[in-house]
Amino acid sequence: MLEILQYDFMRNAILAAILASIACGIIGVYVVVKKIVFISGGITHASFGGIGIGYFLGINPLFGLIPFSLFSAIVMGLVSKRTKVAEDTAIGILWSLGMAIGIILIYWTPGYAPDLMTYLFGNILTVPMSDIYLMLGLDAVIIFVVYAYYKHFMALCFDEEFTKVSGLSAEKLYLLLLCLIALTVVLLIKVVGIILIIALLTMPASLSRHYTNNLGKMMYLAIIFGSFFSLAGLYLSYIFDAPSGATIILAMSTVYILHFLYDGLKPKIAS
Amino acid sequence: MENVIDLKDVWVSYDSVRVLESVNLTVKDKDFLAIIGPNGGGKSTLLKVILGLIKPDKGSVSLLGGRPAKTRRYVGYVPQYHSSNLDFPVTVWDVVLMGRLSHKHPLQRYNEEDRNAALEALGTVGMLDFKDRQIGELSGGQKQRVFIARSLVTKPKLLILDEPSTGIDSRMQKEFYELLNRLKSEIAIVMVTHDISAVSVYVDKIGCLNRKFHYHDDKEISPHDLEVSYQCPVELIAHGVPHRVLKEH
Ligand SMILES: Nc1ncnc2c1ncn2[C@@H]1O[C@H](COP(=O)(O)OP(=O)(O)O)[C@@H](O)[C@H]1O
Ligand SMILES: [Mg+2]
Repeated sequence: MLEILQYDFMRNAILAAILASIACGIIGVYVVVKKIVFISGGITHASFGGIGIGYFLGINPLFGLIPFSLFSAIVMGLVSKRTKVAEDTAIGILWSLGMAIGIILIYWTPGYAPDLMTYLFGNILTVPMSDIYLMLGLDAVIIFVVYAYYKHFMALCFDEEFTKVSGLSAEKLYLLLLCLIALTVVLLIKVVGIILIIALLTMPASLSRHYTNNLGKMMYLAIIFGSFFSLAGLYLSYIFDAPSGATIILAMSTVYILHFLYDGLKPKIAS
Repeated sequence: MENVIDLKDVWVSYDSVRVLESVNLTVKDKDFLAIIGPNGGGKSTLLKVILGLIKPDKGSVSLLGGRPAKTRRYVGYVPQYHSSNLDFPVTVWDVVLMGRLSHKHPLQRYNEEDRNAALEALGTVGMLDFKDRQIGELSGGQKQRVFIARSLVTKPKLLILDEPSTGIDSRMQKEFYELLNRLKSEIAIVMVTHDISAVSVYVDKIGCLNRKFHYHDDKEISPHDLEVSYQCPVELIAHGVPHRVLKEH
């Protein structure tokens, strides 16, 4: 097993998997307990529009991606909170709109067209060192903001009305949380891809909820689960010569499903 | 001192259904006002208007001398239905401490004073033993007591309670009303309730809300008044007993 560590790309892949698991573990706990998986999926997919803008303008796609995904996070948050459009409808519309913009702009971009698959499943085996630094920075930002706003986010996710009565702006806090999701998406999209981001945001956090009633401990556990599954998936993909992102998701989902099957089959306390 | 609550000609409708019609209400410092009225009469809506959670179509709302959005952090609020997500991974302790959030900046941790306030409030509602329970694992009445503790822990200048005694056993209810009775010498209290018999003993004023708001400075309301001029059905005043209680005082 150790021989795979001698490849630089493998070392970077392992680092990337752990760094992604940290960001997704922390933010994923909020996504799961506040039940905003759908809006997170919306932000993740809509951000594809930003990639299109980046290519179309001939700039680093990241500079199209960052403003666009923050913008779509804020628009989704505001539209779903302030207008009469049902929240899930609004998300569905913006979700597809963002992707459509991305596809058209990439189509119009002369020359090299990026492969959609790369953005769907990422390419964790080709992560350059610069991306590792970027992810380190992202993790630092997320850890700092969550450390600062831990109590506030807890109140927001638990009881929005009470948060307002406490004199806090529930809306601003919610938008801040969505922006953290957007940032997570931006920096992970090339590395692990849209689909793996959603898997990493939901499964480790949801699994960790099973082992603790404490929000903070959930975050630690989610990071551990996420790292473990992505490293296991990476190893399996190496052994079986399968696409890494998809293998990680397969490994994670298998354990997740088995866990809940086992849980469901356990004899219930007689009542 | 200015009024604690000042509502002038407040109108509220949801879509096209009118829920509050020209409501005027003044609550002064150390007042204890009970609001009664039929289900759907707009009581919860009125409380949310006072807190600035619902903007009226028309009329002015002043809370503790300012805009509710600015001043509501000095209010302890126990909502009727918990919008809160009860499967949520927090303990009773976390929930009560949340009551201290209004005076915390980001990065500021809860300190000894916050923890003492939380301990005291939990003791007051008799829930100290359940401090480390996950909130969803409590019974309805126990949860209600935790939310009451959370509203007390803010050291509020005004308490707004929406049917707080729902689900609470009679011994605890009595203790709770005794607590309110002690608190009313220091702060103003507005409570929505159906528990007329308890109310008549402790409160200073009773108002009846059925789209329109009617209230008296004393609590001598006859069932006849309630039915005719206040449009509150008499059945609400349970079984004639409160009638007698009301008169005796
Ligand atoms: N969010 C809402 N949207 C639409 N109608 C509402 C909403 N909340 C309350 N209502 C309606 O407003 C009326 C008053 O409700 P409420 O203030 O909860 O009454 P109460 O607390 O006196 O039982 C009811 O008819 C209720 O159906
Ligand atoms: Mg109500």
